[in-house]
Amino acid sequence: MAITLERIPGHEERVILSMGPQHPSTHGVLRLVLELDGETVVRALYDIGYLHTGFEKSFEDKTYTQGITLTDRMDYLAPLSNNLGFCLAAEKLLDLEIPLRAQWVRVLLTELTRIQSHLVWLGSHAIDLGAMSVFLYCFREREDILKIFEMVSGQRMMTSYFRIGGLALEPPLGWLKRVEKFIGYFPDRIDEYEGLLTRNPIWLRRTQGIGYLSAEDAIALGVSGPSLRGSGVEWDLRKKQPYSSYEKFEFKVPTRSEGDVYARYLVRVEEMRQSLKIVQQAMQGMPEGPVKAKAPHIVLPDREEMKTSIEALIYHFKLVTEGFHPPLGEVYQAIESPRGELGFYMVSNGSPRPYRCHVRAPSFANLQALPRMIEGRLIADVVACIGTIDIILGEVDR
Amino acid sequence: MPADLDTYAPLKQVKAFDPTAVDEASSFRSEVTLYIRPQSLRRVCEFLRDAPELQFKFLADLTAVDCYPQEPRFETVYHLLSLKMNERLRLKVRLPGADPRVESMVAVWPAANAFEREVFDLFGIVFEGHPFLERILMPEDWEGHPLRKDYPVQGEITRWP
Repeated sequence: MAITLERIPGHEERVILSMGPQHPSTHGVLRLVLELDGETVVRALYDIGYLHTGFEKSFEDKTYTQGITLTDRMDYLAPLSNNLGFCLAAEKLLDLEIPLRAQWVRVLLTELTRIQSHLVWLGSHAIDLGAMSVFLYCFREREDILKIFEMVSGQRMMTSYFRIGGLALEPPLGWLKRVEKFIGYFPDRIDEYEGLLTRNPIWLRRTQGIGYLSAEDAIALGVSGPSLRGSGVEWDLRKKQPYSSYEKFEFKVPTRSEGDVYARYLVRVEEMRQSLKIVQQAMQGMPEGPVKAKAPHIVLPDREEMKTSIEALIYHFKLVTEGFHPPLGEVYQAIESPRGELGFYMVSNGSPRPYRCHVRAPSFANLQALPRMIEGRLIADVVACIGTIDIILGEVDR
Repeated sequence: MPADLDTYAPLKQVKAFDPTAVDEASSFRSEVTLYIRPQSLRRVCEFLRDAPELQFKFLADLTAVDCYPQEPRFETVYHLLSLKMNERLRLKVRLPGADPRVESMVAVWPAANAFEREVFDLFGIVFEGHPFLERILMPEDWEGHPLRKDYPVQGEITRWP
């Protein structure tokens, strides 16, 4: 915090500029310290921590189930991806098998999350570079996805819908009709965004050849997700290390080799189309069955069951007042969030609360590539580069 | 990923490279953890990154665990990923509670830069050779290291007369 750059003797004409944390294009509270020679950025440092809330400390004071609610608030544009990562880590710790239907609902909803997160990214990235209407269009479609989330979980953004052992509750009747309607019209909408941007000469001038990141640099700096795939590395955890039945879905992993802002734009737009394909497959092949694992010592019993079964009542009481006890051990579970590798490292000492829960936030790692992208470039490109790595400060600062 | 550690290729290769480097190896939920002696960490990490059949070039995560009041108190945890082998590996280094220090891995993986600053900020573990070891999340005048288990979460430290 409060990083400063010192002037180098002999270069007194250079300007030290503090950009942010209150700046519309820093996507939250990111502060950059730039040393400028005319309009060229000579050195750049980033300064974070303005949104630090101590989530990792709070996890230690909450039971595993209570911890889910914190994960929503980290990456607030992809709450369900965060829920999924946390639940999968805890389930790995418990060695718990999840019913197929719950897995498929999880896949469907996290792919919708990916689309809506990319929509916010596309809208705000475009408005940063001066394209106003794309922003409005993207938020129009995003609202429809948020309405599906609200229908399913009761919340538009802080969903906390996934639980350790499955889902919080059976999704409501008719929700798939809503999803069907969305995937019916959404492909045309992607074409509409592409029609506005992909061959737009102003957009091309602002994005092509800007913010170059080579594949070697990206790997060395820990960059993951669309930013890594935009540099030509075909790496997607949904394909390489499948979780939650992703191996049963057919989709392509889009990559581009250019490594610039435009390449990452094309990768994300194509990812929306692929996510839509996954949603379609999940919807059509949605299996029947329960949405909670058969593990009464971990999963809360149904309300109806509690009225007739004393065991269910006892389990409910124990789970609510105390929580469950995972075995001693530690796990690391990574998922492909819209921004990259989202990892949860969980250490259990056998108590109902995690002894340590660390979040490997993709934005936190991807941000390290920003100085590499902007040093030596014009100050006008800084805004394009902040947009292209798609950071969420809630996740960076945790 | 093996249940059986004896046949696990990365472990065999590390042992062949430096027989004294690995203190202990364990496997839980088919995730392998190697406990590395602090003085060998740099060599082992460079070996894991550069060995042609391993290529752990991606440092996925770096963090720490406070085992207070046990001694050695701290563990730094390194999650490595090999894009070539599609394999994950966890390294751990045990550090004493008094003046915990470990060599920085920024020279091996530049990605370690921000992660090590975070661990320094929240645990007070010093990474020797780090190019810019400053607080990253907490304010620069903050006292104490919040993720330590003996950190006073209610606020100020109570001092009895």
